Amino acid sequence: MALLQTAQEGTLGVGTAQRGGDFSQWVSRHAAILLLGLFMLLFPVIANDFFLRQIAGWTMILGMIALSLTFLAGYGGMVSLAQMTVAGLAGYMIAVFGVSSLPKVSLFWPWWAAVPMAIVIAVAFGTLAGALSARTEGIYTIMITLALATSFFYLTLQNWPIFNGFSGFTTIPAPHFFGVDWGAPVPLYYMILFFAALSYAVVLYVSRAPFGLALQGVRDNPRRMEAIGYNVTAHRIAAYAFAAVIAAVGGILLVWQNNQISPFSVGVDVVINLLIIAVVGGLGHPIGPFVGALIYVFLRTFALDALVAVGLDGRRFQTLIGLGFLVIVLFSPDGVVGIWRRLRDRARSSQRTSRR
Amino acid sequence: MSTIFGDDGAAQGGGRGDALGRWIGRHPIWALIIAVAVIFFVWLVLAPWPTGFEDVLGKKLIFINALFNGITLGGLYFLVATGFTLIFGLMRNVNLAHGSLYLFGGYMGYEAGDLTGSWLFGYVIAFISCAIVGIAMQFLIFRRMEGQDLRQTLVTLGLSIIFSDLMVWVWGGNAIQIDTPEYLEGPIATPIIVAVKSSGESVFLYYPRVRLVIFAAAVVIGIGMWLALNRTRVGVMIRAGVDDRDMLSVLGYRVQLLFVLVFAFGAGLAGMAGIVGGTFQSLSLGEDSHFLLASLVVVIVGGMGSIPGAALGALIIGVSEQIGTVYFQNYSTVLSFLIMVIVLALRPQGLLGRQ
Repeated sequence: MALLQTAQEGTLGVGTAQRGGDFSQWVSRHAAILLLGLFMLLFPVIANDFFLRQIAGWTMILGMIALSLTFLAGYGGMVSLAQMTVAGLAGYMIAVFGVSSLPKVSLFWPWWAAVPMAIVIAVAFGTLAGALSARTEGIYTIMITLALATSFFYLTLQNWPIFNGFSGFTTIPAPHFFGVDWGAPVPLYYMILFFAALSYAVVLYVSRAPFGLALQGVRDNPRRMEAIGYNVTAHRIAAYAFAAVIAAVGGILLVWQNNQISPFSVGVDVVINLLIIAVVGGLGHPIGPFVGALIYVFLRTFALDALVAVGLDGRRFQTLIGLGFLVIVLFSPDGVVGIWRRLRDRARSSQRTSRR
Repeated sequence: MSTIFGDDGAAQGGGRGDALGRWIGRHPIWALIIAVAVIFFVWLVLAPWPTGFEDVLGKKLIFINALFNGITLGGLYFLVATGFTLIFGLMRNVNLAHGSLYLFGGYMGYEAGDLTGSWLFGYVIAFISCAIVGIAMQFLIFRRMEGQDLRQTLVTLGLSIIFSDLMVWVWGGNAIQIDTPEYLEGPIATPIIVAVKSSGESVFLYYPRVRLVIFAAAVVIGIGMWLALNRTRVGVMIRAGVDDRDMLSVLGYRVQLLFVLVFAFGAGLAGMAGIVGGTFQSLSLGEDSHFLLASLVVVIVGGMGSIPGAALGALIIGVSEQIGTVYFQNYSTVLSFLIMVIVLALRPQGLLGRQ
């Protein structure tokens, strides 16, 4: 009975929308994200450089790289720990092909040549990682991609001719074009915001496009998809390639924001923190990684002072992160976004009953 | 679907020799190539090198040292990876906190050795303390989320972060070296000729006694585990559990007890390996992820859940790492990485793994 009622309400809603104009309904359905977008656009007006760079910039960059993981894990069922490595490789390639303080390694290409080169190499690596792990299933993916990520960390640490070993690259400038210095806080903020919003929108679009739907089918039942005639492995590898593009762009922004890259940008702890960001935010929706990144960046920036303020050792920050992660994994597997959804659903259902 | 148990031949009661004979009969050319390679390799190790060789590979002493270091390092990797693969095979649990257990065992062994002055007593303490942590993990957490592979793995990840942070708190970030006991100190002469002096006198290889002893211990442990798995009642239960957990528990065996036992044993082995690692190299921040990586690569190359596979993988990775460090300094990790990629491309289940 209740089901029928909601169905009627639904058709009624569509009817009014057709008469009253699609636009207002579209606006009211996407109110939250539109408000967020407006807030982000106006954020530089109210925020100082510290908040622009250290909080908003980091949140969106880590969010983007984590988004590529969320896409693979949430829609493809493949938890790849190699996404930070893809991002790091893109960052390294920007330093190798572009400009850095190390003339004996860097090739000093202009940014419009170095950026595509870095993306192509990183995406090739991400696709290779996908091709390697796509043939195995589930839990093996974590093992293989973690092994890849850790190998890359040790490679950057001990390789001097290309990765400049322990010290990595410093003073990698963001480019100048259209007469703007994109390394300055406000332009950099808008550039990061543009790419973060773009990647969010593209992931949302792809998740509803035929490719994304097929990928979700592969996640839920690969054998049935195979039987229907889909090429399961090809879908998985294509998903890796797509995710690698997002991660690579995130990695380049990371280097421009940070002005340096070293093995510790791609270390095992960073790789794991990225998974934590994705899982804590929630793998079910592309906004999840950004929420997770915001929480992580806030904790990283302020937990030290907060821990000291309550009389604990500020250096135990990692323990705090680990405990928080454990709590989320144990009690809300779909992350903070999942908690929010459940609260919203409960509020809606109680609203409905009170109305009746 | 047994993966713990690498070779089909012995499982069917045919014995190893028969299986080898059949394999040679089926692949005569490959068998010949492998035989020639093995003979060449043995000659390379035992005989003094002609001058042409030294131009390409450098001094024989360097090569032999790298080879021996690789083999003994393989013994250490085997000790770490075998617990990892055993836990994975039986419980489908990828224990990403395995590296932390290794480091924890090493630190505990160091403390125990410091207090009592006995290196061997450290092994007992390391085994027991890591086994207790393992039991606690299995009993308090994994028992509650059986069959949820991904969640279990994420939990082990969270635990590894907490463990490593707490260990930095207690033992600090500096490297700790565990002293070799006096009775194992110093080099031992081996019958391998590394060079011939101009007077015609042969120079023999001297190699650290402790590394050879530990390698022998690793081999003994490996054979012991193989025997325990294949000849004892608990071993039969473990193999049955790997094949079909539910069936085993339906038959009235206490599967949960078995899980706790295996987790404790695997964790304890990792802890003992920690002391070996502390004696060979050193214990410090970051060694946990180093040995987690080693276990991952060894298990991926050797075959997931297979103990003979872990032995083979450990040997391959240990030798390739050491040879790589000597001959291609800047790319030595790429070598083990390439081995992993090739194995994954040709045999995704690992060299001795089963699909």
